[in-house]
Amino acid sequence: MNRKNGLRDVGTFLFFAGPSLVAFFLVVLIPFLFGLYLTFTNWSVQAGSGKFVGLSNYIKVFHDNAYWTQLWFTLRYVFYTVILANVGGFFLGLVLSGKIRGQSFIRGGFFIPNLIGGLVLGYLWQILFSRVLPYLGNLYGWELFQSSWLTQTDRAFWALVIVNAWQLMGYLMVIYIAGFTSIPTDVLEAADIDGAGGFAKIARIMLPLSIRAIVVCLFISISRSFLTYDLNLALTNGGPFGSTEMATYYIVQKAFLSNDYGVGQAEAIVLFVIVATITLTQSITLKKMEVEA
Amino acid sequence: MKVFKTAIDSIKFFILFFLLVIFISPFLIIVTNTFKTTQQFVENPISWPTRFDFSNYIKAIDYMNFTTGFMNSLIITITAVFIIVLFSSMAAYLFARFKWRINTTIFLAMIASMNIPFQVIMIPLVSIYGKLGLLDSRLTLLFMYLGFGTPFAIFIFHGFIKGIPVSLEEAATIDGCSRTRIFFQIVLPLLKPVLSTVVILDFLWIWNDYLLPSLVLLSPSLRTLPLSIYNFFSTYSVDYSPLMAGLVMTIIPVLVLYLFLQKYIIQGIMEGAIK
Repeated sequence: MNRKNGLRDVGTFLFFAGPSLVAFFLVVLIPFLFGLYLTFTNWSVQAGSGKFVGLSNYIKVFHDNAYWTQLWFTLRYVFYTVILANVGGFFLGLVLSGKIRGQSFIRGGFFIPNLIGGLVLGYLWQILFSRVLPYLGNLYGWELFQSSWLTQTDRAFWALVIVNAWQLMGYLMVIYIAGFTSIPTDVLEAADIDGAGGFAKIARIMLPLSIRAIVVCLFISISRSFLTYDLNLALTNGGPFGSTEMATYYIVQKAFLSNDYGVGQAEAIVLFVIVATITLTQSITLKKMEVEA
Repeated sequence: MKVFKTAIDSIKFFILFFLLVIFISPFLIIVTNTFKTTQQFVENPISWPTRFDFSNYIKAIDYMNFTTGFMNSLIITITAVFIIVLFSSMAAYLFARFKWRINTTIFLAMIASMNIPFQVIMIPLVSIYGKLGLLDSRLTLLFMYLGFGTPFAIFIFHGFIKGIPVSLEEAATIDGCSRTRIFFQIVLPLLKPVLSTVVILDFLWIWNDYLLPSLVLLSPSLRTLPLSIYNFFSTYSVDYSPLMAGLVMTIIPVLVLYLFLQKYIIQGIMEGAIK
């Protein structure tokens, strides 16, 4: 009887979890572990095998100046994108969480860029930056736009920041709205009675009571920006002269074009550790500031 | 007083509407220019088109093999979303209802794996599947989408199933109903509210995904829409008008879907993000 039940349980397990588990193991878990192993070898596709080389891949990463230059570029990009997207998303959410005519239509409009992949958005803005804005710049004598932003490193940087923040803003707006609508109305009414102005209401009540939404939004915007690839590929393609290559772009080039799998994977893992450290630190620090209504 | 309030409401609406128009003006500028020739566009990108000329769309369909890309994207996305939802809901049911040690362990491993970015997996993934000669196949890509998509879907379904009272299933067991029938006839229909969240998030992710298919699919005949667009832009880099028409055609299918499902899509994103 017991044995029959045991067999029945094994059958249930395989039937219900089998397909998902096999895929998860063969696509996520095993490649992840194999990836760790790769970083300690000089593995190549042609040979299909590799010798153990100890920490030398990590030492190479440490000495790879181009990697750190690129990482610093990515870090600055993340910093400005996160600030821009969150400030924008916060205020859009603030304006659109009250009762306003055509509310869902307007919210829906600001959300549109999130339905479209980074590649398509990148190409769309590439045409705007290289053709439309310079035309307007020359027409009206705006020096800022007279030449294409994508041909100068510092302006290409801002182009990447602006497009990514533009996309993320509508997404974060939706999360901020969810946060604001969970603030009890009696708290806000009490503030009104006490004569709190608009700014005081935002700084003293809305901000502290929506820490949860802020944590989520920061987490999403930081990790997404760090991992940007499609936009980088379509908007600047790393140019001019490889000066706007960001983390993922750099790793893809390293591994698949220079065939340096071990070093490429070590770089991916270093990136992962950095992103995880930053996102975790922000979540833990901000959560301490959480207050109950 | 009331009239005054309505007036302010209208002013607010128009200001916001104006902001929205600026916000989405990139799309509007691109759409207007698809009706002009490349030369007209280069000479003046902000002029109105003189007539509705769809020849750029016809060119784009031809140059980027739009129909092939569109069909491939449709096949991959629909199949992948279907298998992710089916197999993940089954696994989530097992994990939520049978507290065996192996279930808890695997469930925790999956939750932990959700924090691993694709960038950390891609190099070993391509190395292994390339070595085994499994790349350049739709089946491999679908299998990978199942592997990458299943932890999140299981997580969402698991949370929801936990909240369904067991009594219904117990009654069915006493009536002699098998575990399989209980799942498909009692539990699965109850999952509808979260089902839409998972379907929407996975659909948008897979439909727009570029990096994974670019590493897996090599033959032109298998290309999904993002790969076709990439290829189109690399080949015809300065023939702007057909390129813009190609972009617009890639955007329209999702936009049409959004028109009908806006409420569910925004709700789905919200629930997915907060969890």
